[in-house]
Amino acid sequence: MAKNKDSLGRTLFVVITLCLVCAIFVAGSAVGLKPLQQKNAALDMQRNVLDAAGLLTPETDVIAVFNERVETRLVDLQTLEFVDAADVGARSAVEYDPIAVAKKAGLGTKLSKDVDIASIGSLENVTKLYFIKDDQGAVETVVVYIRGYGLWGTMYGLVAVAPDMNTIKGFKFYEHSETPGLGGEIQNPSWVAKWQGKEIYDNGKVALKVTKNVTRPAHDIDALSGATLTSNGVDHTVNFWFGEHAYGPLFDKLREGELN
Amino acid sequence: MAMSKEVKEVLFGPIIANNPIALQILGICSALAVTSKMENTVVMCIALTLVTAFSNFFISLIRNHIPSNVRIIVQMTIIASLVIVVDQVLRAYAYNIAKELSVFVGLIITNCIVMGRAEAFAMKSPPGLSFLDGIGNGLGYSFVLLTVGFIRELFGSGSLFGYQILSLASEGGWYQPIGLLVLPPSAFFIIGGFIWVLRTFRKEQVEPKE
Repeated sequence: MAKNKDSLGRTLFVVITLCLVCAIFVAGSAVGLKPLQQKNAALDMQRNVLDAAGLLTPETDVIAVFNERVETRLVDLQTLEFVDAADVGARSAVEYDPIAVAKKAGLGTKLSKDVDIASIGSLENVTKLYFIKDDQGAVETVVVYIRGYGLWGTMYGLVAVAPDMNTIKGFKFYEHSETPGLGGEIQNPSWVAKWQGKEIYDNGKVALKVTKNVTRPAHDIDALSGATLTSNGVDHTVNFWFGEHAYGPLFDKLREGELN
Repeated sequence: MAMSKEVKEVLFGPIIANNPIALQILGICSALAVTSKMENTVVMCIALTLVTAFSNFFISLIRNHIPSNVRIIVQMTIIASLVIVVDQVLRAYAYNIAKELSVFVGLIITNCIVMGRAEAFAMKSPPGLSFLDGIGNGLGYSFVLLTVGFIRELFGSGSLFGYQILSLASEGGWYQPIGLLVLPPSAFFIIGGFIWVLRTFRKEQVEPKE
C-alpha cells in the first residue's frame, strides 16, 4: 500500500477529493451563518451611530434606543430630495449601504481627480442620514457618513452634527487601518473629545481644519502627534464631505428647516 | 473507566512537562498579540484548541491515504478549512471579539503548534489519540496564554474580563497602570519569566550548554 498511495493517480484522487470535501464544508458554513453575520454587522452599525452621537453607554440597549429615537432616511445628493429605498434597489433604508453602492453604475458617480481630495474614487448618488430625535420628536442630532484615505487605507467614519448643521456633536471612525498607537489614535476618546463643539462652516465655507497650529479655537482641531499623514487624511476627508461636492448643499437645505 | 497511562500523558503532558510554548517555543506570535485582554485570550485559546484537536483528528483519520509527497499541502488544506469555519462561527456568534481578533484567527493557520502536531503526531497515531493530543496541546497553549493575559490585563488595565478590579489613578483611584503591559512586547517578558520559573522547578527542561 505504501507504494500504491504515492502513485500519480492516487495522489490526484486524494487531493481532489479532499479539496471537494473541504470546499463543501467551508462554503456550507459561510452560507449557513451569513444571516446571523449580517444581523451582527447591522447591529454593529447601529451601535456606531449611537456612539458617534454620544448616546452609547455600556448599559445601552442599542436596538431599543435605535428603534425609538433614530429615523433612517435616504437623500439624493443632486436633487436634495428624500428618496424611497425601493428607488435605489434596497429593501429598506436600514439595509441600504451607501458605501457599497458608490462604485456601482447608476448608483454612484466617479469623481474627477481635482474634486476627489479624500481619494475615495467614487461618490454615491444617494446617501443615508440618521436623524436622532429627542423626547418631543424634534431632531437633536444628524449623523452622516464620511470616509477618506489615511496613511494605509480608507478610514470610514460617522459624524454627528447638531440641527444647526454646523456644530459637531461627536464622531467616530469605525473602520480604519492606521498604525496602532499613532494614526490609530483617531479612535482615542480624548482626541474625539476635541471635536465636540467645533463649527464646520465660516461664511459658507468649510473652516473645520485638522492642524498643528491651533489658531481659531472654533474651527481648528489639534492634529495627532506622530501621525501627520493620518491627520492630513482626516483633514481632506472633512473638507471633501462638508464641501460643495458632497454634503454642502444638503446641509444648507437641512438648515433651512427641512429637519422636522 | 480509568484512563490509561498513555492517554493521560498525551492529554496532560503538554501542559507542564512538554508545553508547546514554554519548551518548544512554538506559537509565540499569537501569544503576543491577543493577550492584552482576558476575553480575547479565552476565545483565542478555545479556537486554537478546537482547531488543533480537529485537524489532528481528520489528518489522523486519512493518514494512511495521504500521499507523502503532498502531505504538507493536504494538512494545510484541512487546517485552513477548519480555521475559516471557526472564523465564520466567531463572526456569527461573537462579532465584537471576532472584530478585535480579526487577523489572528486567520493566522491560526500558520500557528506552528497546529502544523507541528499534525506532522509530528497525527500522521503516526490513531484518530482518538490524535484528537486528545490536540486538546492537550491546546490546553498547554491556553495555560501560558491565560497566565500572560491575566497578568497583562490586571496590571496593564487594572481589570479582568473587562471588570475593573484595581481603581485607576486616571479615574480617581490609587492604581497607576503599567502602560508597557498593554503593548505586545510585554508578553515577551512575561513568557520569558514563565519559562524561567518553569525551568527552575523542572531542571530537565534546561537546554544543555553548548
